[in-house]
Amino acid sequence: MTMVIAELKDVTKAYSNKIVVDAVNLQIHKGEILGLLGPNGSGKTTILKILAFIENPTSGEVEFQGEKVNFKNTEKTRLQSTLVFQKTTLFSTSVYNNIAYGLKLRKVSKETRDKEVKKALELVKLEGFEKRNAKKLSGGEQQRVAIARALVLKTKLLLLDEPTANLDPKNAGILEEVIDTVNRENKITIVMATHNMFQAKKLPHRIALMDGGKIKEVGTPAEVFGKLSKNLASFAAVDNTFTGTANPTVAGTSVVAVGNGVQIEITAQRKGATDVFINPQDIILSKTAVDSSARNVFKGKITEITDLDSLVKLKVNVGKPFTVQITKRSFNEMGLCLNAEVFITFKASSVQVI
Amino acid sequence: MADIISGIAEAFQLILSGDPEIYGIVSRSLFFSGTAVILAILWGTPLAMLIAMKDFRGKTVIKTVLNTLIGLPTVVLGLILFLIFSRGGPLGFLGLLYTPAAIMIGQAILVTPILVSIGVSAIESVEPEIMNLAQTLGASESQAQIAVLKEAANGVILSDIASFNRAIGELGVVLLVGGNIAGGGNRTDVLTSAISRATQINEIGLAIALGILLMVVVFMVNIIVVALRNANYIVELAKGPYSKLKRSRETER
Repeated sequence: MTMVIAELKDVTKAYSNKIVVDAVNLQIHKGEILGLLGPNGSGKTTILKILAFIENPTSGEVEFQGEKVNFKNTEKTRLQSTLVFQKTTLFSTSVYNNIAYGLKLRKVSKETRDKEVKKALELVKLEGFEKRNAKKLSGGEQQRVAIARALVLKTKLLLLDEPTANLDPKNAGILEEVIDTVNRENKITIVMATHNMFQAKKLPHRIALMDGGKIKEVGTPAEVFGKLSKNLASFAAVDNTFTGTANPTVAGTSVVAVGNGVQIEITAQRKGATDVFINPQDIILSKTAVDSSARNVFKGKITEITDLDSLVKLKVNVGKPFTVQITKRSFNEMGLCLNAEVFITFKASSVQVI
Repeated sequence: MADIISGIAEAFQLILSGDPEIYGIVSRSLFFSGTAVILAILWGTPLAMLIAMKDFRGKTVIKTVLNTLIGLPTVVLGLILFLIFSRGGPLGFLGLLYTPAAIMIGQAILVTPILVSIGVSAIESVEPEIMNLAQTLGASESQAQIAVLKEAANGVILSDIASFNRAIGELGVVLLVGGNIAGGGNRTDVLTSAISRATQINEIGLAIALGILLMVVVFMVNIIVVALRNANYIVELAKGPYSKLKRSRETER
């Protein structure tokens, strides 16, 4: 039988009459990774804050380890659950002091603290970083320190808000590995919010699909990505997700017309309504059309540039907006700017049908 | 011109001779103003935390009033305190007028607006997530507030230094409620008031010597605080007087 570690019962949260979480019922099973998948503003962060007991519900109840949580006094309960924020927040002190902070509050001896901090740093691949000034690390390293600081507490519940949202693939990969490891080896229950479908498919055992403060569906990734594509596709905020009509080609592939004349070739044989997703990292950006085997080539203009540490995220409008990630070095070398004309290229096999 | 030159020469003679009279005045200045700032820190820091961290009606009004009071002329505050502490005044029965205690209380009140104003803006400029962060790592409400205060350490220390500078350099309060008494067991003459008197009685050498020493004291205190801050001693101090002790016990274990 699955043990329930925490449960939200009819939980509603409103800020000055704006409802951000709307009568949510959700069980969190002991030992699982539960993914909260939904667009920005769908209430994921608020649910995590309620589960971290740093935000109280406007109405409804929360049970934690079989007991009703008294939100007037959460000091004790808070010791059992910790949240890593989407925006990396560190104390302006050394890496050691950051990670040891929660252990000090729990009156752990210096000797044990030293050992635990060292272990946590090894886990996030930052060995020997103890004395470094936390605020002077790179963005990816900072987020790894933040995760280590939460892991070291060995709480019953670990809550992660978009843990890899602003990271480059290398740092994101390290973190995904860490999340998987602590869940498998330390049996820590994890709830993670994400709007990255790729990640939601990979890590969680179950997914809760959120939109407009409500939970739309709960199920395994296979269930959610299999049957519930309508719900998924309605997430306008999810990058590079398109809905269109598929038609098989003579070559055995299919072409999905997603509107505005944009036709995406996919390897699967499909007919009719189809939702597709292209990982931003799988898209090649170039100033001229590249000669390659890739089936999908579109010409468009850069409409948005976002700086992410060592990466740059670009929005390219080719009739439909595509999100593309390239390294900052390539960005600088290519001399790109807003409104620059570029080509995007990706293989038919990079297109995921959802 | 000759007066100035001979005054300066005499001043250096006085300073170098280690005249106990002069250094008595210096140590009184340091003691009175130091105590005043500590008093102000004791009530001003919690007040700054309250104003910066809590939402309540009239917050902006209070902040504006405090900002205005930074510029309060010391002589006006001296007059108000004189009226309060004088025999017929509401606190006359305490017999504080013309005592060191009156100076220390007066200067503490004088620097409170600076201490609180700079403190509030330092605390308000800390990332708003720090409070939640500390809490989710297991801190109680008050522990989380301390975490926020530590993040604001640079600004808070600046407010303490600015307060000390204002206290040791002011003349209105020490003259009006201290009385500038230069004899007996309860002397109340300090650097600023002694400079004022020495100038009046045409002891230019003494006045210049005291003026130089006042500048040196302010400069030294500022340097020491900055050096301690860089060495992180002050942050260690803020962690509480027992943290060092606890650590040595833990190592013994």
